[in-house]
Amino acid sequence: MGLLVKERSVVVPGEVLAEGLDFLPSNGTYRHEEKILANQLGLLVVDGKVLKTIPLSGRYLPKKNDIVIGRVMDITMMGWRFEINSPYTSLLSMKEGSFDFIPKNANLSKYYALDDHAVLEIIKVTSQNLVDLTAKGPGLRKLKGGQIIKVNTHKVPRIIGKKGSMVSMLKKATGCKIIVGQNGLVWVQGEPKSEILAVDTIHKIESESHLPGLTERIKSHLEQTLGIKIEAEPDQPEEER
Amino acid sequence: MNEELKEHISECLKSGIRLDGRGLEDLRNIEIEANVIETAEGSCRIKCGMTEVIVGVKLSVGTPFGDTPDDGVLMVGAELLPLSNPDFESGPPSIESIEVARVIDRGIRESKVIDTKALCITKGEKVWMVMVDICPINTDGNLIDIGSLAAIIALKSATFPEMKDNIVDYKKKTKKPLPLKNFPVTATVVKIGSNFIVDPTEAEEKAMDSRLTVSVTADGKICAMQKGGNEPCTIGDIERMIDLATAKSEELRRHIGG
Repeated sequence: MGLLVKERSVVVPGEVLAEGLDFLPSNGTYRHEEKILANQLGLLVVDGKVLKTIPLSGRYLPKKNDIVIGRVMDITMMGWRFEINSPYTSLLSMKEGSFDFIPKNANLSKYYALDDHAVLEIIKVTSQNLVDLTAKGPGLRKLKGGQIIKVNTHKVPRIIGKKGSMVSMLKKATGCKIIVGQNGLVWVQGEPKSEILAVDTIHKIESESHLPGLTERIKSHLEQTLGIKIEAEPDQPEEER
Repeated sequence: MNEELKEHISECLKSGIRLDGRGLEDLRNIEIEANVIETAEGSCRIKCGMTEVIVGVKLSVGTPFGDTPDDGVLMVGAELLPLSNPDFESGPPSIESIEVARVIDRGIRESKVIDTKALCITKGEKVWMVMVDICPINTDGNLIDIGSLAAIIALKSATFPEMKDNIVDYKKKTKKPLPLKNFPVTATVVKIGSNFIVDPTEAEEKAMDSRLTVSVTADGKICAMQKGGNEPCTIGDIERMIDLATAKSEELRRHIGG
């Protein structure tokens, strides 16, 4: 009875996680008679009575109010279709694309051309998984210069850190502009050398995120490479994007 | 190709650094594993950064071409699998895959690495045919260099199958290797703006102005070349690219091991 596997252990689909009615199934788990089983490969998280799994990898599933980085893959009659590293297509309508008035028959590639990248917000995900985007909002814009790297979507919270502590430490140490999209695309712009350090560090965070003491390790890595002392970060009030 | 990224790459190159942190003339780390395919006569799996290629060598008996009755036959094929890159499509071979196969073929053929006369069984009737197949598992640029290095290692690891009464028994391998000498090494130099780089990644290949592939034999002779890209090169450019490619081919040659 009760929980049969340890918290934060890796579970496989079909594995019995708990018996009895003391626990509730959530994302990645389901109830079968009196048992709770996993239906996804991932880490088990016990949140009070609720059992859920965090997937180890996989594509980005769009969620409302997420800030994502997208690439223009198509220009349609109504707006732009963006590739947001997800299995579903997403649309930026003309109305949401720009604050400017877009006249009839305007050349839409003047606003977003094919292969342009932009920071966007998801405003709606329908039951059919059609995604609507907006470019109107604080910090939402077309990206110019810099490079875009791909990371594991499920490691994005680690790269951002608690209240944005990790990414702001990275920004401060390297002097780069960094935008982390929830869909696992990260935009980095800065001096060539510091940009490479930032990209390296992001990949380091990604590969070591499951080990304890991540922030400290990343901090000493940055301090070693740069040869400077990084002061402890005060809690950042604003939510980092 | 995103124009912004192209500009960014050439801006970075101006300060002598590439997007992945390498210097302009640095190669990526190469890992090689020979004889990975049981059913092939010779094979090689090679990893260079994110690029990963598997090459298989198959030997069969066939009739020689009419104009070369006592020469064995060499065939090199490359298939750019859609699983290795989202830009690749299935279907008939693309121009890129034909180029990869032909440039690698030319390097092997013109260096005379395989002694084709020794592949003859009966003059005008039966010869050994050497088939080299190149399959990229993951593509992040520089397929020609990596593919040809893998092809040479696969050829080196190949052994003849047993033949009894003119029937080849592929289940039994002999210890007799292919008649090889004077291995060629292929190196590509890419020109972006006024900078010359080696071992380009996929992004750099998309941003390139021109490229020159040079195959160099063990005694330092150039046996094959291929120019690519849309921009023209001056004679000075070509000379510089050949010098750089020759220097890098020596570095790549260490992986062949003699």
